[in-house]
Amino acid sequence: MRHGRYRFVASFLAVPLVLYTVFVVSPYAQAFYIALTSWNGFTAPKYVGFANFTKMFHDDLFWKAVQHNLFLLIALPLVTVVIALFLSFMLNVAGRSRGGVRTGVWGSKFYRVVFFFPQLLALAIIGVLFQQIMRPDESGAINGPLHLIGIGPVGFLTNPTIAMWSLVGVLVWQAVGFYVVLFSAGMSNIPQEIYEAADLDGAGRFNMFFRVTLPLLFDTIQVAWVYLGIAAFDAFALVQVLTVEQGGPDGATTVLANEVFKHYLRQAGYAAAIGVALFFLTLTFAALTIRLSRRERIDF
Amino acid sequence: MSLSPENQDTVEASPFGKSGLDRRTMLRRAAAASLVAVPGLGLLDACATGGSGGSTPTSGGGAKSKDNPLGVDPKAPLEVIIFAGGYKDKYATDIHVPMYKKAFPNADVKESSTQEISTTLQPRFSGGTPPDVVDNSGTKSMDFGTLVDGGQLQDLTELWDAPSVDDANKKVRDTIQAGTIEIGLYSGKPFVFNYVSTVYGLWYNAKLWASKGWQPASTWTDFVALLDKIKGAGITPIGYAGANASYYMYRVILTSAAKIGGADLLKSIDNLEANAWTNDAVHKAAEAWGSLSKYSDKSFLGLKHTEVQLKQNQDKVAIYPSGNWLESEQKDNTPATFEYAMMPEPAVTTSDKLPATSLYLAAGEPFFVSAKGKNPKGGMEYFRRMLSKEGAQGFTKTTGSLTVVMGASEGLDLPPGLKSSSKAAAAAGSNSFYYLFDSWYNDTLEKELRSATNELFYQGGNADKFVARMQKKADAIKADSSIKKFTR
Repeated sequence: MRHGRYRFVASFLAVPLVLYTVFVVSPYAQAFYIALTSWNGFTAPKYVGFANFTKMFHDDLFWKAVQHNLFLLIALPLVTVVIALFLSFMLNVAGRSRGGVRTGVWGSKFYRVVFFFPQLLALAIIGVLFQQIMRPDESGAINGPLHLIGIGPVGFLTNPTIAMWSLVGVLVWQAVGFYVVLFSAGMSNIPQEIYEAADLDGAGRFNMFFRVTLPLLFDTIQVAWVYLGIAAFDAFALVQVLTVEQGGPDGATTVLANEVFKHYLRQAGYAAAIGVALFFLTLTFAALTIRLSRRERIDF
Repeated sequence: MSLSPENQDTVEASPFGKSGLDRRTMLRRAAAASLVAVPGLGLLDACATGGSGGSTPTSGGGAKSKDNPLGVDPKAPLEVIIFAGGYKDKYATDIHVPMYKKAFPNADVKESSTQEISTTLQPRFSGGTPPDVVDNSGTKSMDFGTLVDGGQLQDLTELWDAPSVDDANKKVRDTIQAGTIEIGLYSGKPFVFNYVSTVYGLWYNAKLWASKGWQPASTWTDFVALLDKIKGAGITPIGYAGANASYYMYRVILTSAAKIGGADLLKSIDNLEANAWTNDAVHKAAEAWGSLSKYSDKSFLGLKHTEVQLKQNQDKVAIYPSGNWLESEQKDNTPATFEYAMMPEPAVTTSDKLPATSLYLAAGEPFFVSAKGKNPKGGMEYFRRMLSKEGAQGFTKTTGSLTVVMGASEGLDLPPGLKSSSKAAAAAGSNSFYYLFDSWYNDTLEKELRSATNELFYQGGNADKFVARMQKKADAIKADSSIKKFTR
């Protein structure tokens, strides 16, 4: 009874499909319409064509936000993946070979748990936490000790040139633990025989990493890259909680999601236009990643 | 990846009455509202823009009488939402709601409080089921411009013309501080009722100053000399919190501008007039205050208001610009060696148009009644009770803040900071002023001014950049037809 089976499958899919349409597809579609209107959330929306987009292209803060999102898109995955790869290599492979089984450095089980801690905290909590850590006076957790040895306070969040890097630092700190776990899982899938063979051929840790681990881990890294790229287009909560004047000083840390949030209460049409821009940026990123990372799979 | 704080449902069940608005009823109501608002439409039409039709008042009112001049239906329920900020909501639950219930024992009054007015209430306004009385205050308040635009606010003319609770021969409008009604005018109609009388100025520790022999200054030369003395004593002379409270500082700059060039200057700024910012008085004020950045600490740019205020309580900062809620806000952190006092901003030039005693005095904490709510008359009656002597004194006692009700604080034993600020207000007499652009253009001009002020004071900016930047933004807003304009 093939027919009955389809009905069975369809009945399972119906509920999620309806939910998806109502709560995901429909708001997206509406945002496209709202972006073409002048609407403040209370009166009926008025169709204004592409006026919101023209305004957006002349808005300095919009361009700043785009720049910051692109900066995050490059910096966040790069830094996170490099650190996470290094750490998971140290935790899983870099130790001595015991009876032919490669293990991590001493204490790696303990470190693995510690690295994962930040992942358990909500971003809002991390924001508040780092506000105190990066506080620009002698009460700050970093500036306090600096003050004692006579180094002037560092404006982690107040200096416009440093603020964006501080943001990246916090995002990396939060994300790294998860990717250490992800890469560890990937590494444990790599057969021991390959390492053994490399060992016999006299490969050191360096060659072991770059010639064995990295190529065989490529699929996992690719997944990590996509996840982190998506996170880079968000960053909303952290900017909102952590930074000076929610995206400042003077727009130095604002991101697109923040610009949407800032305007949606009074100029919902304009906010939707920025949202549409964000949508297309994310879509472009996803398409590019899929295209660029097409590669033959290595099965083992 | 994780929760953002904006998504939290912060409506708390009220300790008052058994029918406090809890989360479940909220959800149920929201669901019901969306069903009512969009009957029989397809999925894609059940959209955010569909529910703005609103409902009509269900309570037409009852018979008018001496005790009920507005003709409130004595049985109609009333829903009150209070912003749980610095004033908390005890004044409503302990004073005003019981007063209303005493007058109308059969009315079911629900009070709830939130710190996120717009997050909690905007969907209800869009959905046509707004609460009756809203204390629309705080960073997350709803924009009055858009509320007025949407016809959401009840015209309060009837309230202002009604007889006062204390004296039936006096209209309510004659029992309150001058300018209270004017500040709540939108497009010429009194939509908003501001309850709290707020005096703004420069705050200092009277006990510390007495022990050091420092005197409040009224001229600029004296003021700078004072700052030098304070700096010599190893205390940061002046500062504000750049991270979230730069508007305390721009109020100081604009207060000085008004003193130099007259109060009409603030009107021209509100009205987005050409060259309102590039005006010489604004430039002079920005230059004067900007030059004081060497008396502050650049790291304050990254601090929040609570952090700088705490520093002041620890005598690490001498002068802090704020309003007269400061004393009660800091009550828990103020040591016995600290006694709040307030001075007006000193005269910047020797030829200021207004006297040095003039100051920024505003009716604040805006309340409104929903025009599309169920019981608009009850809402106005609730305001009338708030404006009685009993209601006003109860508020002052619970919150330590003054109300716009004239003479209501007589006979009350006020704390020293409040006493000092009401003295300053009395000395200013009719020389007081305010601006409204900060609520009219809150997401545009106001945000720009925050950044511009931080740039001027903490990031090495100057007066030329400051006025040019603000004028550019004001001109852009004026040219943008999608932003609703106001004039006064």
